[in-house]
Amino acid sequence: MELIIKNGYVYDPKNGIDGEIKDIMVKDGKIVDNVSKEALEIDAKNKVVMPGGVDHHTHIAGSKVCVGRMLRPEDIRRNPDPMAQIPHIDRVMMVKRGGGGFSVMPTWTTGYRYAQMGYTTCFDPAFAPMGAKHLHEEFERTPLIDKGGICLMGNNWMIMEYLHDGELEKAAAYVSWLLNATKAYGIKIVNPGGVEAWSWGKNITSGRDPVPYFNLTSNEIIKGLAEINEMLELPHSIHLHGNNLGHPGNWDTFIDNADAALDVSVNTVSEREQVVHATHVQFYSYGGESWKDFSSKADAIADYINKTKNITIDVGFVTLDETTTMTGDGPMEYNLYSTTNLKWANNDVGLECGSGLTPFIYNGKNPVNAIQWAAGLELALLIDDPWKVLFGTDHPNGGPFIRYPDVFSWLMSKKARDEKIAKINKSVRRNAIIESLDREYTLYEIATITRAANAKVLGLTEKGHLGIGADADIAIYNLDPEKDKLNDPETIKKAFMKTHYTIKGGEIVVKEGRIVNPEHMGKTYIVESEFGDKEIYKDMLNDLEMKFKKYYAMQKSTYWTGYEYVPHRKTIKVGYKGD
Amino acid sequence: MTTAAENIIHPMEENVEKDVKEIILELTESPNVLDVECISPDVFAGKTLEDIKNLPVYNGKKKKVLSDFFKISGEVGDTPENTKIIINGDLSRVKNIGKEMSSGEIVINGNVGMYVGALMKGGKIVVNGDADSFAGQQMKGGELIIKGNAGNYLGSSYRGDWRGMKGGTIIVEGNAGDEVGEYLSGGKIIIKGNVGLLCGIHINKGIIIVEGNADGRVGAEAEGKGIIVIKGKIKIGHVSFLYDGEVVNPSINDDTIEGRYYKFIGDTACRGNKKTVIYASAEHNEHLLPNNPLPVSNTDIYELMP
Repeated sequence: MELIIKNGYVYDPKNGIDGEIKDIMVKDGKIVDNVSKEALEIDAKNKVVMPGGVDHHTHIAGSKVCVGRMLRPEDIRRNPDPMAQIPHIDRVMMVKRGGGGFSVMPTWTTGYRYAQMGYTTCFDPAFAPMGAKHLHEEFERTPLIDKGGICLMGNNWMIMEYLHDGELEKAAAYVSWLLNATKAYGIKIVNPGGVEAWSWGKNITSGRDPVPYFNLTSNEIIKGLAEINEMLELPHSIHLHGNNLGHPGNWDTFIDNADAALDVSVNTVSEREQVVHATHVQFYSYGGESWKDFSSKADAIADYINKTKNITIDVGFVTLDETTTMTGDGPMEYNLYSTTNLKWANNDVGLECGSGLTPFIYNGKNPVNAIQWAAGLELALLIDDPWKVLFGTDHPNGGPFIRYPDVFSWLMSKKARDEKIAKINKSVRRNAIIESLDREYTLYEIATITRAANAKVLGLTEKGHLGIGADADIAIYNLDPEKDKLNDPETIKKAFMKTHYTIKGGEIVVKEGRIVNPEHMGKTYIVESEFGDKEIYKDMLNDLEMKFKKYYAMQKSTYWTGYEYVPHRKTIKVGYKGD
Repeated sequence: MTTAAENIIHPMEENVEKDVKEIILELTESPNVLDVECISPDVFAGKTLEDIKNLPVYNGKKKKVLSDFFKISGEVGDTPENTKIIINGDLSRVKNIGKEMSSGEIVINGNVGMYVGALMKGGKIVVNGDADSFAGQQMKGGELIIKGNAGNYLGSSYRGDWRGMKGGTIIVEGNAGDEVGEYLSGGKIIIKGNVGLLCGIHINKGIIIVEGNADGRVGAEAEGKGIIVIKGKIKIGHVSFLYDGEVVNPSINDDTIEGRYYKFIGDTACRGNKKTVIYASAEHNEHLLPNNPLPVSNTDIYELMP
């Protein structure tokens, strides 16, 4: 199928195109420079054309999200957009599917809503290795978007023991095996050592605390995994959620954690420049010593990011909604639960990781929540280079992704921020500097933080841009940059809530805000890792065999997630060549 | 002495001079399952009979219209207040009648299915028969009168939600099932008969009055300042409720409840809460006093279960 998108204002930061009127041509799912006369013409006159959105960090699938669905049946009634309930024939079960939900939703609704907002690629940033099959089964039922999963490794016994013994190569061999065994895309670190400590009801609160029973510090885990990541030449860097998340005065813990990885030099198959991607940093931008003198330290973090090379972050904006928090950071979720006393679920995944979930109501009238809202925006407004600060609410932790258009309006409009500041707790004027910031994001910068930079950080070379050879994932928004006021909150929200067209892999999937091709399924990005040093690999396999025999709840033979779980896939070959 | 139920002012009776129009729905075809969120004075008011016949209903996942299942006759008022809906037939498989209604009246002559009066804000529903589970779920106001028995989760919260019924009144002439007033946070529930297990679980405000017996675990996990009165026997006591003396004619808000009652406070298992009060009739509940051994062993609970 051929398409030509005519006369749109094109925003393509990777190729330096800032609002030029330009035709985009598509053939066989790729961007091309020429199409035949038969090409279907889409008129994008007076509209914005961007690459399809890339959400590099959104909890949309896997065991933890599924626990969220079970924990919150009441959330399913809060359906902000019944239009997303398009019955879809499940190819496997041959039944019709639909769904609602605000912060946790079925895979179908996830795909439809993202596509309606112009997003075409979404990565789940934290899945349990043992839950890999579950993750991929849900991915196979998430329509209209491409997916990928980043595997939790920061509390893995095999890795911690090898790193403690100084056997980095064996640890790398194990990571290589684990990436293949789980069909993962990258390495996620969540509260390194702390989740393991939580198995004994403990936690660790700084990068220098030793992990109980393992005798290494969490900074050593971060550094070791960063080295392994670069040894294996992975397309994405380590994806870091450090220690002490969400506590007053945790900003220096963040810097300490991030510093641990920075000595490592970048070595990758992709174009990324960072050696560590720190995620939802808003939850680390806190000053003060208790909830009483809680303040925003986003300026200190922004200063650090501005000065430091080889690091990228994403924000984790708080949208001030009732939502469901879910992370691999079990102890943190317990602490959060003890402040709300609503309900709580905890998962422990033997030898590997854990997770926790609890509903949370971010209330603008609460001084702490108001500052959290401000801290996220301050980070985005104070970091100069938009390629270093990615967009995201850590869906659904800071807020559900359906609220992205509201966050765009806060970033693009000082008026929108001032209106919000007037409505929320006055602490935001005392303990945050949001009121003094005048910067307003341009469309070019929005395209950078929601698409181009996200694809670059993930190492997806054919995503996030509209150059020749890129995947034909395109979003056309009802927004005229010449006539419409780009700092009017309502205009921005309306434009980004529903696209005029969303094109995924060269097919029209959304037209005038409505799903027109609900059957289109995306593919899953995985890496295939080869470990060159066969001796070390064999030794590692022997050790692993013993671990399975002695401790694992399942056998090694049934642990492996085969390609049959990932029938629609795009494989990136990586590996360690050996000396 | 007047019972609390008789003290309630019926808003409809005050306005009898109003020009109330009656519309009658006769169930013609017994459905296997039918969802009728549209049967509410708020939806009917101001519509023609033809419009009402074509209101959407869901027979499972199939979308149908109201006249596929009901013979409709009569008139509707121009506002919800002067609209009275009378429904005849066995509606025990018909769900969500009167959902979110804000005023007017619905009279159901027969048994009714789940979620009758759910999310109701005002007005009145009378069920001349039994109601299934989740009647009056998350009610905010108005009055729900069930002349027969009620199922489980009467006046409860939605599944998983921690925000239960906030206001209004529910009166059940017969018995009610388990978990009456789950997460109750306002309003009043009166049951003339007996209740099942876990009456008032998670109650944090509001009043439950049970004139018959309760199977047990009354007020479990109560976190706030709820009040539960059991005039009959509580079969199994709750160890985390503490005995707080005997009270004669306790007064609850403006009402006085006559008789001798043992007062229990708790649920101390929930952060040491002592603000929720259970008044258990002294006549039937001597076995709950702290110096008495538990007359009913924990294993007997299985006998109570259906």
